[in-house]
Formats: sequence, C-alpha cells, structure tokens
Amino acid sequence: MSHSGWETVIGLEVHVQLATKTKIFSAASTSFGAEANTQACAIDLAMPGTLPVLNKQAVHYAVMFGLAIDAEIGKESAFERKNYFYPDSPKGYQTTQLEKPIVGRGNVEIKLADGSTKNVRIHHAHLEEDAGKSLHEGGFRHGVSGIDLNRAGTPLIEIVSEPDMSNAEEAIVFAKKLHSIVTSIGICDGEMSQGSMRFDVNVSVRPKGSTELGTRTETKNLNSYKFMEEAIVKEVERQIDLIEDGGTVKQETRLYNGDTKIARPMRSKEEANDYRYFPCPDLLPVIVSDETIEELRRNLPELPDARQARFIEQYGLSDYDAAVIGSDAPMAAYFEIAAEKSSNAKLTANWTMGELAARLNSQDLNIGKSPVSAEQLGGLVARIADNSISGKMAKEVFEGMWAGEGSADDIIEARGLKQVSDTGALEKIVVEVLTANQAMVDDYINTDEAKRKKKLGGFMGKIMQASKGQANPQQVNQILAQKLNELL
Amino acid sequence: MSIERQEIEKLATLSRIAIGEDTITEVSQRLSSVLELVDQLQAVNTDGVEAMSHPMKATQRLREDEVSEINQREAFQAIAPDTEEGLFLVPKVIE
Repeated sequence: MSHSGWETVIGLEVHVQLATKTKIFSAASTSFGAEANTQACAIDLAMPGTLPVLNKQAVHYAVMFGLAIDAEIGKESAFERKNYFYPDSPKGYQTTQLEKPIVGRGNVEIKLADGSTKNVRIHHAHLEEDAGKSLHEGGFRHGVSGIDLNRAGTPLIEIVSEPDMSNAEEAIVFAKKLHSIVTSIGICDGEMSQGSMRFDVNVSVRPKGSTELGTRTETKNLNSYKFMEEAIVKEVERQIDLIEDGGTVKQETRLYNGDTKIARPMRSKEEANDYRYFPCPDLLPVIVSDETIEELRRNLPELPDARQARFIEQYGLSDYDAAVIGSDAPMAAYFEIAAEKSSNAKLTANWTMGELAARLNSQDLNIGKSPVSAEQLGGLVARIADNSISGKMAKEVFEGMWAGEGSADDIIEARGLKQVSDTGALEKIVVEVLTANQAMVDDYINTDEAKRKKKLGGFMGKIMQASKGQANPQQVNQILAQKLNELL
Repeated sequence: MSIERQEIEKLATLSRIAIGEDTITEVSQRLSSVLELVDQLQAVNTDGVEAMSHPMKATQRLREDEVSEINQREAFQAIAPDTEEGLFLVPKVIE
C-alpha cells in the first residue's frame, strides 16, 4: 500500500458520558446495567406534559472540561432541538446545543511516539442527551426490535475537534489524551466497554501539498482505540483507491463493525441529515456566573500533564514511567499510595506497571477492582527494597496477596520466605557447600581462568538449595567468588 | 416566498405526517403564508439587536444531581402498544 502521494486529514467528535447520578433533564438514575427501562421516567419517555429541568452537575462538569482545555466558557449557552425520528429517541428530537455551546474554542496538546508534540484545536464542546438503545437480536418475534430507554437522557458532552490530525496514530493519541483528561478531572468514568466514551471519526484525503480539503466521510460510534485505528486505516485506503480508480468520495455516514472488520455506509436517505434545528422552547438560556467558573477552576483536580511533571519531580520517575502512570488517573492514585508505603517510588512504579498491570489485564480488571490493594503492593515493594526477600520470592508473595492471603509481611512470615542477608550466616552456608563438594572445587581450580565463571552456576544452585532458596543471591555471589579466590 | 409541492412532500416525510392529495394545496398555501410572515420579519433592520434564544427574560434554573425518580416501568408499559421482557417493541429498525 504505497499511497505516498496522499495525505490524510482527520477530525474527531467525541461523546463523553458525564458521571452524574441523574439524567441531564430528569432525576432518574444513570447507573449502568439496570434492568431494561427501570430507569426511564416520564420525562425520559417524553410523556405529554413533562418539562426538562437541567442538571446542575452536568453543567458544572462541562465547564470543568472547558477549563481543563483552556477553552472559552460559554457564560450564556442555549439548547436547541435536533429533529429526527428513531425509536430510541422518544421525543422525536435530541436536545442539544448548536449556536451557543457551553464550551468554546480550546486546545489539547498531544505527545507522539517520536517525542514530538502537536496541538489539536478544539472547535467547541456542547451539552446534549444520549439516546436509548435498540436491540435487534433477542428472542423477539420476527420483524420487531426491542427498545431500552435507560440510557435516554444520560448527559453527554460532545467534543468537536478541528481536522488537525493527519494519521491514525495522532487520532488515537488524541483520543487517549481526552480520556486521560476527563477521567483525571472526574467528569467521566472512562469505561469504554460500557460506552462511556464514543468516537466519530471524520476522514478525508487530498493530494500531498494541497490546501483544499477533500470530501470527508464520518464513521460513527467507535468505542475502542483498536477499532478506531482499524476504521481509519481502512477508510483512508478505501478513499485513495476510489480516487485513484477515477471515482469520487461521497460525503456519507459510515459504520465499522470491529468484530467482522467490515465498514459500510449507514444512511442512504439524504434528507436524514436535515435536522431542522430550532431553539428549545422548554429550556431557558443557561447562565454560568464568573463566581461559579472561578470556584470550579480553583477546585479543578490535577491535570494529566501537571501530574506527569510532578511524578518526575517528586518521585524521580523516568519520562516514560511518569507518562504511563501519570496519564491514568486511577493508576496514578494507586501508585501514590503504594509509593508512600514502600518508600521506593521507582521500584513501586516497576511493580505497578509490570506485575500488577499485567495481571489486571489478563483478568480484565481495572485497577479500582484490584485484589491487591495499593497498601499491600507498597508493603511488598518495601520488603524487596530492604532486601528481606528476593525478586523471585516477591513474585510468590504477590501470588499470595492476589489470592487474598493478607499483607506481604503476613505471607513472608507464614511461608518462611525470609531472605537471608546476614553475612556470617551466608558465609557458613557457602563454606559448608564448598567442603561437601570437594570434587567440584578441584574441577574449578583446574579449569582455565577464562572458563571458571561458567562453573559458578553449579555452586550457586547448591548454595540456594542448602539455604532453602532464602539466601540473598547478590551476597552469595560475592562471598562465593571471594572464598573460591582464597583457594586458588 | 412560496413553498413548492416537492418541499411539502419532503417535510411530510421528515415529520412522519401523511398529507393526502386533497389537502396538499391547502397545506402549501398555509405554510406559504407563514413564510411570508417570516419574510416580513426578516425585512426589519436588526443591526445592533442581540439575538435571543428565548423570549422570556429569565434564565434556566438548575436542579441538584439527586435521584428522586422511582421505577414506574409497569405503569408506563401498561399503555405501550407492545412490550416484552421489559423492552418496548417497535417495528424492526436497523441502520
């Protein structure tokens, strides 16, 4: 696939479910996973006579996002109706913002794999309501769909970027950065598998060097970075092939199925995009006072960039470690507790990103559900750092903690895992092993100096065996080398 | 400004309203007179007048984020045309 003559232009629209307790316009619960339609009240169902009442927390969360990306805040914003008919939207319109969004222009800086940075401009972000869910597969009679309206009315902000990204990598890094920001400031739970963040990707291509934008397509509703990347790569290929074969790209909405890896156009009826927006007469202009904005600014939690810088400064972490841990709000919180307990930040970072993250991943758990608490991991790292246990023992202790056997110290005690670091005791073991294996010692002495090093392993094995695996390997190495040298 | 027959048909489709052959002329005339009114309004010089999103001199009141709605699914579904396992059933729609 040599498409060297082309360049890609990508813009994203990101739907972020806000972590409010209730819907944007009703006091029904937004908790995930409830039985179908048990959290859809009269307002969500668009019963006649109901009126929306705006959720203060949703407004505040939107403002917080605006502050986090250094955007203009819409001190006066307004709601519009976007009209379309679909069964998962009982009102026949979506209440959204068009002319006066709550968040205006802003900026998000992304850091790419090659170390360079790039600024992605945010066009605006607006408040709106989510739709319900249509279920097409189930035990229903032929020709019917089931509708669950629990999600209808869940508050969203839709973040609209400028077309500032030029390949899939940049789009993914940008998406991850947004995820990091909204979870760090606590306005979204970030659970992609539950649809808490969904991405629409606008893609167009143009001959390299051209300043005019090509016709774009929009691939809707991608809910994982992997699918997003696949969808972008496929769509870029499709558009370039199409144009090189003499065709033209049609402006259309597309869907990408991550399971079948198949992309296809969504709607054919062109009038479907005629939404006939008009101001929502049920909602008055929303005013956010300067006092409220300043209060939210004062209380804005630490942003990922600031946290990463602090981790380098405060804990002496490498840029890489600080980026991995610092961009993930729950992992960062976990790390800080563990590092406090262990008094060894670097080693704590290694265990957090290594053993712990791998194990959580393999069992599809997020760090908030980790069977090993931050205090427990810190306790384990402290024992590695003070040489009480070896790295190998540490893995065994970690297994024990994962299985719920208690703290590192409890497990070390119960399993007799204490590492022997006492020089006198270790010397005694080394001498005993050497005495009991005179043939090996003779062999060692008679071996060429250059090849002697290879013989050390055999002694190490016997010494570790004699110490029931508890000898501190670094120290044994030193003592062994010293004792053998004395015999030469 | 008058409204073409084609536009009436498109609006009817978008609004999911059936407009019969016998009424299409009347609807067209009525909508045209609404548009004429809009034309009149648009002829007014509004330089320096700030656009307003609502005619009332009031601002939106905000609600605290506390759950107060209870599950009334049985009552709502009792008046629905068709339900199954707690879901509202509708003619199949697939995008």
